[in-house]
Amino acid sequence: MKNQTFQEWHETPSQTGGPYVHIGLLPKQADIDVFENNFGNSLVSDKTEGQRIRLEGQVFDGLGIPLRDVLIEIWQADANGVYPGSADTQGKSADSGFSGWGRAAADFGTGFWHFDTIKPGCVPGRKGSTQAPHIALVVFARGVNIGLNTRVYFDDETDANAKDPVLNSIEWVKRRETLIARREDRDGERVYRFDIRIQGDAETIFFDI
Amino acid sequence: MYKASLGAYAQRNTDDHPPAYTPGYKTSVLRSPKNALISIAQTLTEVTSPHFREDQLGPKDNDLILNSAKDGAPIGERIIIHGYVHDQFGRPVKNALLEVWQAKASGRYRHPNDQYIGTLDPNFGGCGRMLTDENGFYVFRTIRPGPYPWRNRINEWRPAHIHFSVIADGWAQRLISQLYFEGDTLIDSCPILKTVPSDEQRRALIALEDKTNFIEADSRCYRFDIHLRGRRATYFENDLT
Repeated sequence: MKNQTFQEWHETPSQTGGPYVHIGLLPKQADIDVFENNFGNSLVSDKTEGQRIRLEGQVFDGLGIPLRDVLIEIWQADANGVYPGSADTQGKSADSGFSGWGRAAADFGTGFWHFDTIKPGCVPGRKGSTQAPHIALVVFARGVNIGLNTRVYFDDETDANAKDPVLNSIEWVKRRETLIARREDRDGERVYRFDIRIQGDAETIFFDI
Repeated sequence: MYKASLGAYAQRNTDDHPPAYTPGYKTSVLRSPKNALISIAQTLTEVTSPHFREDQLGPKDNDLILNSAKDGAPIGERIIIHGYVHDQFGRPVKNALLEVWQAKASGRYRHPNDQYIGTLDPNFGGCGRMLTDENGFYVFRTIRPGPYPWRNRINEWRPAHIHFSVIADGWAQRLISQLYFEGDTLIDSCPILKTVPSDEQRRALIALEDKTNFIEADSRCYRFDIHLRGRRATYFENDLT
């Protein structure tokens, strides 16, 4: 007799991306010209539908000093609230001119990073709810042992934000503010500023997803 | 008849990973949140993910021996690293983007911020990428990286390692980590590897020598498998529960 068994594996543990993350993930920023097609911080092309926006900010440590070796990735729905790929079960086709994903590293001098993207549409939440427009964002850096997941919401979506099930699930109402990007129009460009504070006063909310 | 469908990713077992605050690795002290992570129920945002196509990659992207060679082969030990990417339930993860980066044989990185005195090899860039196949299998060829000193304590040395990044089927699976080599005597004292809380999990980051797959008169081989989070089955209702 042999007992039935089923094996479940432990997830491979995370480790820091380290200070030289650019070599592998954004080699041009390390002055390495190796790939023909490089990933980057522009998610839009002429064919992309939707309101163009620039998302920018800095990431600060516990002393308020900007991280200059940080790497950020974003993932978001298209202008109609649809994600590319079969895991989006809404039954709508996603904008073929929009990949939804981008990767940026901080400037080695100033710590500023930015993305050129579009404002995402509303995405369905669980149990019939509607999520406010938002962008998933993850932070990797030297000294960060496991990627820090957060979300970017928009300060000009007051009504939608008030009904967002994820924002509303955060018990500390004051901390919800750390997830709201601030709009500042600049020379006709719509810019949202989203600073991330890893530690300290006004520490950004990070999610266990 | 009711059928099973894919639900949310099983919740992450936080004990499998380093905590954010690990004072032995000093840089983490000011770069770790003090507040607890807020757990959220997954939505479409967390179960979807970017996907990549073969035509976005070049033919030499997973050959680090050739992809930056200028006027000859890079210096160092030629190795092949191969393995499978599976989810926690053993299902193969197909078409995952695996990206790798590493130091040269001398221990120095090709990076403007690395000032180590180790030799810069003009024929080695140290980056590569590939997609897993239908079985979750991947392979790349490279030069074995060297250990190198770093500022943590004064005389601190990293074991030889290769950084890797995986983008798979769901945003909740996103993972960056490091691969080490069996038999490296620096492994036991590495403050970064020590951030991983259990011996079993630390061993999951150590690639094993795969003598069977050495290529005669050419390269040695290491085997390294990766496990990502998997989606739960959901029954009797069409929701991400």
